[in-house]
Amino acid sequence: MSDWVEACAAGDIDEEDVMRFDHGGRTFAIYRSPDDDYFATDGLCTHEKVHLADGLVMDDIIECPKHNGRFNYKTGDARGAPVCVNLRTYPVRVDAGKVLIQVG
Amino acid sequence: MSTTPSRRDYSLIGRDAKLAVETGLSAAEWYHTDIPRKQMKELMQRSDGPAIRDTIIWLAALILSGAGAAWFWGTWWCVPFFFVYGVLYGSSTDSRWHECGHGTAFRTQWMNDVIYQIACFMIMRNPVTWRWSHTRHHTDTIIVGRDPEISVMRPPDLVRVVLAFVGVLDAWHAMSDMLRNAAGNISAAEKTFIPEQEQPRAIRFARIWTAIYAATIALALYTGSFLPLMLVGLPRLYGAWHHVMVGLLQHGGLADNVTDHRLNSRTVYMNQISRFIYWNMNYHVEHHMFPMVPYHALPKLHELVKHDLPAPTPSILAGYREMIPAFLRQLRNEDYFLKRELPPTARPYREEFHNDAVAAAE
Repeated sequence: MSDWVEACAAGDIDEEDVMRFDHGGRTFAIYRSPDDDYFATDGLCTHEKVHLADGLVMDDIIECPKHNGRFNYKTGDARGAPVCVNLRTYPVRVDAGKVLIQVG
Repeated sequence: MSTTPSRRDYSLIGRDAKLAVETGLSAAEWYHTDIPRKQMKELMQRSDGPAIRDTIIWLAALILSGAGAAWFWGTWWCVPFFFVYGVLYGSSTDSRWHECGHGTAFRTQWMNDVIYQIACFMIMRNPVTWRWSHTRHHTDTIIVGRDPEISVMRPPDLVRVVLAFVGVLDAWHAMSDMLRNAAGNISAAEKTFIPEQEQPRAIRFARIWTAIYAATIALALYTGSFLPLMLVGLPRLYGAWHHVMVGLLQHGGLADNVTDHRLNSRTVYMNQISRFIYWNMNYHVEHHMFPMVPYHALPKLHELVKHDLPAPTPSILAGYREMIPAFLRQLRNEDYFLKRELPPTARPYREEFHNDAVAAAE
């Protein structure tokens, strides 16, 4: 499987921020870390299906905008109540200024 | 004071709970005022500074007033010290529980966790149970049968409202729940919002607290003095009035079963002391719409969104002047509520969704 799809331009996301990306009827969240690395996870919180792209990125953490549930967006690990289920992560690469994620 | 049976079923496992899920009223998409992402990010930014400053002031005042109360114990001079100590113990912990539970007060998470635990103990709210109940409160704010934190149900039980100011019923329920949980019993209602894997933690905290209260009572008996209980436990009663006074204004007399916080929440302008005790939760519409924004940024958020919100209630007194008549009218017609008028600059309510409720309230 090599379902790499172009999500956005690298410059579309500010450092330490997140952006929503919809593809094939699914929704993803693309992150740019403070170290200028890119990551991707499922776009909806595992607690109540709220878009994480409206949340806050702090270091390695994405905080859900509805109930402040926290995940490590690099590993997908849930970091305590009210989130109990980990977030699925996806491989990301930056190629010629474009952010690509492997959605398969 | 209630004379007719309510048509609303507030049980979390009752008829209205099922109905709210079936009709999509539960876990619905709520109205939000549009804010550009850049501004929202700035508002959401976390900082340890303001909460460390406020916590130092809070703890210092708590210790000094408690020490003064103990020093003057047995004389009338202890009364003003207990007055201050009680409010800091039995009221300001409501907002510390709330903000640190959201994880927004401090940037550093362990600081949120420490203050959360201290505040939970003082306000007598099991740290596990109440974290989950508040999560539900934000998902289903004032949705009948779903929100476990509706403080004034319809028709209003005014005796219960008055007793809340001295914490009698709250403390009674808190103690009963603590002993029940300590015995390993999680109720059917609690099971609707506390995930199974979290329930053992609720039991563990209840057992620790039971031990602390037992030690306090033992100390009081050993010393033959009421003082230990005046410092631990009872302040939740004699100091509760402030958090009840401001807390009732959050949603009291406003709409239920709607999905727009502008209709069911109230923003109230308050004096600086109350805002310190309450950690700016007087900006309650703003808090519900954007729970990611820390308490210290709520005044800025208010300035940014007030064009889209009902006019703020100008004072605590003004809030009670509109809320008490609404409660009295709800005794005759429980469907009555205060509909908040929007300014001309605001995006309108979803009238197709809210018209039925307005008609019933006439």
